[in-house]
Amino acid sequence: MLKTFQRGGIHPPENKLSAGKAIIPLPVPGTVAILLSQHMGAPAKLLVEKGADVKTGQLIAKGEGFLSGNIHASVSGKIARIDEVQDVSGYRRQAVYIEVAGDEWLEDIKLDSVLDREIKPEGPEIIQKITEAGIVGLGGATFPSHVKLTVPRGKKAECLVVNGVECEPYLTSDHALMLEKAEEILVGVQILKKALNVNIAHIGIENNKTDAIEVMQRLATSYEGIRVHALKVKYPQGGEKQLIKAITGREVPSGGLPVDVGVVAFNVGTVFAVYEAVQKNKPLVERVVTVTGKNVNNPSNFRVRIGTPVSLLIEAVGGMTENTGKIIMGGPMMGKAIGSAEIPVVKGTSGILLMPDTETARSSIQPCIRCAKCVSVCPLGLEPYLLMPLAEMGIHDSLEQEHVMDCIECGSCSFTCPSDRPLLDYIRLGKSNVGKIIRSRKKQ
Amino acid sequence: MMMSTTIIYTIVSLSLLGAVAAVVLYFVAQRFKVYEDPRIDLVEAELPAANCGGCGFAGCRNLAVALVKSENFDGLYCPVGGNDVMAKIASVLGRETVTRDPRVAVLKCQGSCEFRPRTSKYDGAASCAIASALYSGETGCTYGCHGYGDCVEVCTFDALRIDLITGLPVVDDQKCTSCGACVKACPRNLFELRKRWKGDKKIYVACSNEDKGGVARKNCSVACIGCNKCFKVCPFEAIIMKNNLAYIDSDKCRLCRKCAPECPTHAIIETGFPARKEKAQETADTNNVTA
Repeated sequence: MLKTFQRGGIHPPENKLSAGKAIIPLPVPGTVAILLSQHMGAPAKLLVEKGADVKTGQLIAKGEGFLSGNIHASVSGKIARIDEVQDVSGYRRQAVYIEVAGDEWLEDIKLDSVLDREIKPEGPEIIQKITEAGIVGLGGATFPSHVKLTVPRGKKAECLVVNGVECEPYLTSDHALMLEKAEEILVGVQILKKALNVNIAHIGIENNKTDAIEVMQRLATSYEGIRVHALKVKYPQGGEKQLIKAITGREVPSGGLPVDVGVVAFNVGTVFAVYEAVQKNKPLVERVVTVTGKNVNNPSNFRVRIGTPVSLLIEAVGGMTENTGKIIMGGPMMGKAIGSAEIPVVKGTSGILLMPDTETARSSIQPCIRCAKCVSVCPLGLEPYLLMPLAEMGIHDSLEQEHVMDCIECGSCSFTCPSDRPLLDYIRLGKSNVGKIIRSRKKQ
Repeated sequence: MMMSTTIIYTIVSLSLLGAVAAVVLYFVAQRFKVYEDPRIDLVEAELPAANCGGCGFAGCRNLAVALVKSENFDGLYCPVGGNDVMAKIASVLGRETVTRDPRVAVLKCQGSCEFRPRTSKYDGAASCAIASALYSGETGCTYGCHGYGDCVEVCTFDALRIDLITGLPVVDDQKCTSCGACVKACPRNLFELRKRWKGDKKIYVACSNEDKGGVARKNCSVACIGCNKCFKVCPFEAIIMKNNLAYIDSDKCRLCRKCAPECPTHAIIETGFPARKEKAQETADTNNVTA
């Protein structure tokens, strides 16, 4: 019997079109636009000026907020301008435009692909290196990794959970990474174990990636304290709380963090970035992005420099077809449709999905028939049918009582609703309003 | 005989019962008496009873309570009733009245389909708040009106409607009471309560775009591009330039109308004025050509 989380969940069609395909390095583009806000917190503080020459891997902005991360030049060349660029939401944000000239990396970055098993630095030194490398959660939430590794006083990390679930349909970037860089990921796990001072690490992989499970299980035997778990396929198992529940059986309390139950969780992409940062001195300047879609000629996994415009990625798979309805950054469940293909790739971009217009059109909204399907699929045990009208009418105290802030925005409710009600849209609105109220209350 | 005694007994016993109950109720009423200032009812009777929340209170009754309690009406005002109602309330309470300039809501956006080309299509829930939280909107302008009518929904006075041709909300000056519900409802803060001039004359910058001129103009042909032309021509220093956007301060503006013809993008709206003289019109046109 395979493990999984108990409450709720759905089974959307998997459509992993690019599964098993090798990671292709995408050629360095002519110009890149590197956003100063690629993490959860406040934008990073700019350190460079227009006209300056930068090398790949050079620090160009320093994360000073609590939930901010450093930003590095992902290419070498001249800083053309510091201007605004549309981010995934379409709003204009500060970005550094670099005109590419050659590909010259900083000297102390090791570019070889030799596996380096020996972990020299000690715990605090590892965290320091991860902070400097600007590593954030590459699963999509872009939570800075060094903050996760700094366990708050009075709490204790007991085990590490590594997320190789990739439960979003279509996306295969983590899968490809696990097939190609399995050993590196395992060394990365050992590094994180050392930094957290824990003895046991669990890697969770859904059972639709049997090849990755086989590779990881085989290689993990030569590392101490790493267990690889095959998990039953169910969305949203890649959610931190769901994965922890599936593997350890522990439930993260409402409003709490995984560390409250002694767990710290990382995505496999993040673990690989940690390996590169600690063993090769390489900051986070590139990531694996899946470019896929049913009408795409050649769905592929690319290694892409941060700041590359999405249009180049689309070109690399043979261009956009006539009947493309939406370009989605991320997966089909939690990704965001973007309004322009000139938006640059950021640290949190796991995929670019071109959806045909026949699939993207929304059906007209029908009245709620009280079938409670949304309640039965909600992995957090919330009541979406109730939260939606509360958010619509702005009854914020009831929303808070109904634990709206626990919602992980997985979209299972909207997916399953037979009346096609935009449940998540309204819940998100309620969340943002309640969040504002809670923050203002805390300030007082 | 039997009949009449039954009637008498009934009357007597019921009267006794009534008298006892009256005595009990009298003492209970005395014991649990809640004193309420009778002036609250008088003040409430003067208020418009729209319960719109424009004063900042949940309803008219709450404002009446606050008015009776307050010494000098500090910060308390019924925008719907206006100066007349406030004067009546002041006379009821025997205090000095407060006056405010009457105001009217205006929409600081002209981005109809004609002027502001669509770059994407939104098919989600028809709510400005949700669309705004999801992304920057159907056009390149990240400041302009979505047109899904959150403002129309909250207007208690039926003063707003969506124009089907432009796709933008239109304020009915006669019905608008300046309660400010639309100001709060708009996620992009496009409504402003401006001074209501005689004859509903209006002159204001109908744009909220803070992008640099080039970007703003590319996304909307009637956007304020922050060129400072109106700022330079204004003889009363009523125009404030901030974040690439002009703003006309209605306290300083004297309706001289010099700014409107200067605007190269026609972002300044003037309504309720008599038509400009021929000559003035011509110079305005040449100005536009040279610009």
